[in-house]
Amino acid sequence: MAAPALTVTPASKPAARVRLKPTLIAGIVIIGSFVILALLPGVFAPYSPTAFDYNAVLEAPSAKHLFGTDNFGRDMFSRVVWGAQVDMQIALFTTLFPVIFGTLLGALIGYYGRWSDAIFGRVVDVVVTFPFLVLVIAIVAILGPGLINMFIAVSAVGWITYARLVRGEILTQKRAEYALAGRVMGYTASRIIFRHLLPNAITPVIVYLMTDMALGILLGSSLGYLGLGAQPPTAEWGVLIADGKNFMSTAWWIATYPGLAITLAGVGFSLLGDGLADLLRPRG
Amino acid sequence: MNRWSYILVRVLQVIPTFFVVMALVFVMVRLLPGDPTSAILGERATEELIARANKELGLDKPVIVQFGIFVQRFFQGDLGESINLKVPVFRLILERMPVTLFLTLYAAILAVALAVPLAFVAALRKDSLTDAVIRGVFQIGLSMPVFYIGLQLLTVLAARLRLFPVGGYGEGFWEHLRYLFLPALTLGFNLAAILMRNLRASILEVLQSEYVDFARAKGLPSSLILGRHVLRNAVISTVTLFGLNIGGLIGGAVITESVFAIPGVGRLMVESIFGRDYPVIQGLTLTFAVLVSLTFILTDVVHAQLDPRVEVA
Repeated sequence: MAAPALTVTPASKPAARVRLKPTLIAGIVIIGSFVILALLPGVFAPYSPTAFDYNAVLEAPSAKHLFGTDNFGRDMFSRVVWGAQVDMQIALFTTLFPVIFGTLLGALIGYYGRWSDAIFGRVVDVVVTFPFLVLVIAIVAILGPGLINMFIAVSAVGWITYARLVRGEILTQKRAEYALAGRVMGYTASRIIFRHLLPNAITPVIVYLMTDMALGILLGSSLGYLGLGAQPPTAEWGVLIADGKNFMSTAWWIATYPGLAITLAGVGFSLLGDGLADLLRPRG
Repeated sequence: MNRWSYILVRVLQVIPTFFVVMALVFVMVRLLPGDPTSAILGERATEELIARANKELGLDKPVIVQFGIFVQRFFQGDLGESINLKVPVFRLILERMPVTLFLTLYAAILAVALAVPLAFVAALRKDSLTDAVIRGVFQIGLSMPVFYIGLQLLTVLAARLRLFPVGGYGEGFWEHLRYLFLPALTLGFNLAAILMRNLRASILEVLQSEYVDFARAKGLPSSLILGRHVLRNAVISTVTLFGLNIGGLIGGAVITESVFAIPGVGRLMVESIFGRDYPVIQGLTLTFAVLVSLTFILTDVVHAQLDPRVEVA
């Protein structure tokens, strides 16, 4: 961490021309495409994702059905496209509360420390004792299967990572000269935290958020596969794979394309994360 | 402080945390919709039966006393009785646990066996095509859901090419090795990817250090430099990472066992959720917490052994 000059401006970088790295561009293209699919699935999907067609059962991929059809004659391409809507929602809603709440709480704990830090330390000790998936599954077991309950379960646990991350960053930042200067100038604690410290501590949060969105989709599809997440006939990618698992040797396309969609989304988010890390930390 | 007292201190540090864990699980189960008694007795429960069951379960006592009984029974190995299978939860877990332990250990060994040599190759040929391919494959592996990897391996290698059995875990050690190879590979792949990436970065860092330059200057053979200096130093952070990810491995076992129809505790967990078998869910959650705590302690101890700079205080 280079020592910042004695200035109290937040870390906004000069609007110099930014050279975009190929990883970042690839990440933007992949995730951008998924977001567009998620927003306008009806435009890209040639068929309804849930309409049965008993004249076209278990058809192999063809010009008519790009990704084939399943045992109810549903068009797999349309189901994967509509699945983007569900899984992008999963990426958003498994991370939205954790990133906001965790960042705010982490900033406060990092700044004020003392007893809040001690309590937080114990909470972390307890939560890391459970395997994340087991804890989420246990909470879903209590609340009952379904997407909303899954979001609640993940949110209940997920904020901790962000709080740890931000707490650590704030601990370093608050000793920096610009923070001391802010205090000397008599700024309020909230102004120092939110206008000065947090903007300088936010980069790892944004980078981790990308990883976390990928993890959210992995978790959401895993629960969907086990029958604990999105419920059929919702076209969630994990549910689609579960639908296709009994047809793997006769109709491989049912499970294979949704799996590739998950993988591509995962790769997209990590490229985006790596690219953003490069962009936001040019010295790295 | 010697090794044994260090271990003792680490164990003592875990105890308060574990009480909170137990309290949390205790509270969680009591948040369940409906009371446990009617869950156990089912629809046909009469007032009299409920009262008797409440007394047997200690549910007529104050909550804090109930918690005391809960803790006491836990340490006596009494986790209650499964609602659906009508057997003690402890026995059930004990029966199913060896398979899961075998699977996770196997997965961990495969992950290390994959990660260490490939990390060396990737690091020593940094930025070459080999490096790019290794990193690319692992990056894709990291983005692929465990159940999807499992399903594809199962279809191609087991069902189509018939190289491996399609499910179950066989009889005896050698059959376990064969039956559980694909599940362990599936489960271990994510961990291998995480370890590989970290180890590659550590090796690159160590290779630039002065003591490696010095060892080279002394004219030590490169195999000795790599084995004694580079691996040992690069492996330290990887050991910690390994320990932190054991929890993920246990979580992954829940999914892997479902995909490959392996009768371990992971599959038991999923079955119990669908069967609303709360005593089993509660017992399993606590058992997983114990397992993870033990691996954390073990990781710290191994870390301290490998890295003399760690202060055992």
